[in-house]
Amino acid sequence: MELYVPILVLAVLAAGFAVFSVGIAPFTGPKRWNRAKLDAYECGIEPTPQPVGGGRFPLKYMITAMLFIVFDIEIIFLYPWAVAFDKLGVFGLVEMVLFIVTVLVAYAYVWRRRGLDWD
Amino acid sequence: MNNPGPTLSDFGHDPLWISIIKAVAIFVFLMLGVLFGVWTERKLISRMQHRYGPNRAGKFGLLQSVADGLKMGLKEDLMPRTVDKVIYFLAPVVIAVPAFLAFSVIPFGPMVWMFGHKTPLQLTDLPVAVLLVLATASIGVYGIVLAGWGSRSPYAILGGLRSSAQVVSYEIAMGLSFVAVFLKAGTLSTSEIVAKQAGGGTWDIFGMHIPTPSWYVFSLIPSFLIYAVTMLGETNRVPFDLPEGEGELVGGFHTEYSSSLKFAMFMLAEYVNVFTVSAMAITLFLGGWRAPWPISLWDGANTGWWPMLWFFAKLALAFAFFVWVRASLPRVRYDQLMAFGWKVLIPLNLGWILLAATLQALRLPESNRNGILAFGAVVVIAGLGIWLRFDTVNQRRREARAAEVEEEFEQLREEPAAGGFPVPPLDLPHYHGVVPSARAPKEEVTSGSN
Repeated sequence: MELYVPILVLAVLAAGFAVFSVGIAPFTGPKRWNRAKLDAYECGIEPTPQPVGGGRFPLKYMITAMLFIVFDIEIIFLYPWAVAFDKLGVFGLVEMVLFIVTVLVAYAYVWRRRGLDWD
Repeated sequence: MNNPGPTLSDFGHDPLWISIIKAVAIFVFLMLGVLFGVWTERKLISRMQHRYGPNRAGKFGLLQSVADGLKMGLKEDLMPRTVDKVIYFLAPVVIAVPAFLAFSVIPFGPMVWMFGHKTPLQLTDLPVAVLLVLATASIGVYGIVLAGWGSRSPYAILGGLRSSAQVVSYEIAMGLSFVAVFLKAGTLSTSEIVAKQAGGGTWDIFGMHIPTPSWYVFSLIPSFLIYAVTMLGETNRVPFDLPEGEGELVGGFHTEYSSSLKFAMFMLAEYVNVFTVSAMAITLFLGGWRAPWPISLWDGANTGWWPMLWFFAKLALAFAFFVWVRASLPRVRYDQLMAFGWKVLIPLNLGWILLAATLQALRLPESNRNGILAFGAVVVIAGLGIWLRFDTVNQRRREARAAEVEEEFEQLREEPAAGGFPVPPLDLPHYHGVVPSARAPKEEVTSGSN
């Protein structure tokens, strides 16, 4: 646990600074009210009405997020394997080849189904 | 001759006040680093573009960043009335805090005496230190997404989404490029990875003792190159600065943050992140705080407070690399960016990891070398076979498509109205997928009859 205490110290310091800066920002500057200034910026046109609580956005972002989870978990498997590789030896190598081949099958499938294409 | 430096067991013995001193030192270093970094970037870029750059505030414009910071504090803090207030206020904090946290596991130097305590020049180290850095990078993404989401304006939302998609995509390639380092080092602790790069072997050529290069950048050059690309993508820097592509998204996720201290947090976080990824590159690949070769011949180079100097020198060079790239390269297109991350970096990375693992297995003392080589050969041949087959299928598909297009052109040429290929007739119908001859004759509509 002693290893984590210094991180907490730095976190408190950084959070204190960030909260202080964000909190003091409204009080240090001038205040000149102007209705147009408080509109969302859209290059001068009337702002598009935005739904409360978030609207819809393109599905590709969700696909990217899901692929990210799949591959991130793969990385999480790779890290302990890499650290313990010298102890696992050839067994570890063969196992990881099998694992990566399995992942590559899914990867090739996603590629074929144009899941990696942006447009 | 080489002092391997602290290991994991040297951490966790500091009294609290030493930790506080180190944390404040890191914080001050990062703040000054950002101020100086912004100035360096503007000055360097100006020189590369035959301009002077900032030269009014202070000698050589050195106080320009300070002046900018003060100015930001004195600007009106606008808050558009559409924003989601809690998220809008939270986002700058969420992006700034993790940026600082990553630096807690970066090794600055070996053991030194500090006010009567022997302590490593590193805030702390964990058995999973590199994971902490990756985790803070992931939390930083929340700041960007929340800023875009909380602003509730089209540009901001698009910028936030783009940025999140980009950063997570490049985070995979980044995480994979670390694997080879862990294979060689056998640990995730940053101080031990630096210790593993201490070297020790020498070549004796003509009576000279030339130390063998022991930094991982030499033995794991593919990992380093991939990491160098991903660190640009991970920090949203040119050429991957699409989240704030001003030509299309104005300011991206921070469009709705007026130039007040809230915006300053985003700016601060961006530069601290640049320092973080540079420091990770130095720690994992460039020998950490170890002196580079000609200096390392001096016995005292890797002891005491000197290594901090080498570390800062490397950090400055890495930052100069970022600036150089920004001055040289144009912004890439978004689909190219994603395609490069998913279709090039990830397969390359996986292949390289397998190769590095095979090499590492061959180096193990009691391993069946012939067996490994045979297994590797089988995998390579099988992989090549599958790839060739895949390629042939793709090739056939491309040829079929080309033939189709060619056929369409042929039909066009036969079309009497066309009058031969390159000049298209004005009444050319939509011909995709339609055989022109099977087309029903068009009814002519006289003008003024509608």
